[in-house]
Amino acid sequence: MRSDPRASFGLKTAAWGAIAFLHIPLALIILYAFSAEDKSYVFPPPALTTQWFGVAWQREDVWAAITLSFEVAAWSTAVAVVLGALAAAALARASFFGRDAISLLLILPIALPGVITGIALRSAYGTLHIPFSFWTIVIGHATFCVVVVFNNAIARLRRLQPNLIEASMDLGADGFQTVRHIILPQLGSALLAGALLAFALSFDEVIVTTFTAGQQTTLPIWMLQELIRPRQRPVTNVVAVVIIALTFVPILAAYWLTRADEPVHR
Amino acid sequence: MNAAQALPAAAGGLQRRISDLLYTRRGLLLLALLAPPLLWFGVIYLGSLFALLANAFFGIDDFTGQVVREFTLQNFVEIGNPANLDVVRRSVTMAVAVTLTCVLIAFPLAYFMARYATGTQKAALYIAVMLPLWSSYLVRLYAWKLLLAREGAISWLAHELHLVWLLDALLSLPAIGGPSLSFSAIGTFTVFVYMWLPFMILPVQAAIERIPGSYIEASSDLGASPALTLRKVILPLALPGIAAGSIFTFSLTLGDYIIPQVIGDSTRYIGQVVYMQQGVAGNLPFAAAFSLVPIVVVGVYLWLAKRLGAFDAL
Repeated sequence: MRSDPRASFGLKTAAWGAIAFLHIPLALIILYAFSAEDKSYVFPPPALTTQWFGVAWQREDVWAAITLSFEVAAWSTAVAVVLGALAAAALARASFFGRDAISLLLILPIALPGVITGIALRSAYGTLHIPFSFWTIVIGHATFCVVVVFNNAIARLRRLQPNLIEASMDLGADGFQTVRHIILPQLGSALLAGALLAFALSFDEVIVTTFTAGQQTTLPIWMLQELIRPRQRPVTNVVAVVIIALTFVPILAAYWLTRADEPVHR
Repeated sequence: MNAAQALPAAAGGLQRRISDLLYTRRGLLLLALLAPPLLWFGVIYLGSLFALLANAFFGIDDFTGQVVREFTLQNFVEIGNPANLDVVRRSVTMAVAVTLTCVLIAFPLAYFMARYATGTQKAALYIAVMLPLWSSYLVRLYAWKLLLAREGAISWLAHELHLVWLLDALLSLPAIGGPSLSFSAIGTFTVFVYMWLPFMILPVQAAIERIPGSYIEASSDLGASPALTLRKVILPLALPGIAAGSIFTFSLTLGDYIIPQVIGDSTRYIGQVVYMQQGVAGNLPFAAAFSLVPIVVVGVYLWLAKRLGAFDAL
């Protein structure tokens, strides 16, 4: 299969170097959350402490931001799962005029720079005189989350054996019963994986959100304000670790649920 | 499979009739499935894009700052002024540099993952690439603020390795240097490469995985050196993957306005100009017109990538 079963030293070094490049910054975030220093980003941290976790826990603005982000992500995910699953069901096997245009349309919100989706929604709200609200954020998020659910669902639907569906129909089940008893049980874990990734994507989104949130502060917007004008470095360090922990769980779960399908793509 | 027995004898009624109708009229089923997503995307998303397009042709009243809904091409004339063209040129240069660097870093890892890693190691490497791709953009940006700060880890490392002179020499370079790494174009560039690297690794890996091992054996049997095999066999066959990855690295760099705002000197990129024009300056029409620039550039780029076969690798 291979011309040489062992990789050369240079190739190994370059490969593991790239992995280190990807992960050292993440490791640093965890270290800084325990840093006793609160005035600068000095390295190495002069001393280690866990006190900032307690301080961050007490912060109401952080809790408010986390709550808002959770609610936005939950609603956006719900909308994205319904729309993504329907689109995947329609496009999985059918071939018709405009099919490629539809999949392009679904991918467009993440293929075009986020600033364009953001400002497009912003100008639509402005033109229609729609005031900023919780729902203006959800509409934006749901739009770019659909493609994630769609990708996972369509990969699973393509693997689904059509003769199972035919067998179900032959045995006298109608279309709705077939969907409920045959298709959904097999599609379920792919939909769940898509939902988890959509949730992670929405929970983390900042570029579109800055255009559609008005004065509301989601967790990423809170984080962005701290990045531009650092006011409480230790609390920010802790929040950064919490965000990493909160997003790693759905990502790993989604990977585990779909590891037999095609690789997970955005 | 006893599932069928467990089902109630299919009820005659309405449900059956709808089911039969949808089964026999495939078009109707398709319409029922597609109507909700198409309505959402057609009305909300495309509607917004058209609102954006319309705004680009509106003007702004200099005294009241209100949008004037009259057709004008003034915004597009303004894009042509030297300061704005400079922004476009700088953004495109950055996007090209970031894309090329991502290819250089991603290729060895992608090649290792595709041809040498097996079993657990392969799964672990895949997760190691996917986790940063999906994990928080802002937290990763924050990590670089820590790394690049004057008192941060990179300065410390340079000091420990007695390489401070090298760092200073790097920072004193004209145009890309600056007072510290976090206030220089070098910093902006490094963070862009870091952020979009996973988007390059995964499609390149997929492309290399599809190259049959026999091609590489044939090449070496015919006397080609590994370097020649890489250049004549592997690279051309991996090109669609590279093109697919570059769509992300290029488009994401072009539209980002947060990274250069947090890490970098005060020079601006396309995304920042769009953001500031609609926010601080309150000139939505000009922001709308300027945001069409990355659409056009990305469009041209996609057309080039399509010619390289990038879409077969997505």
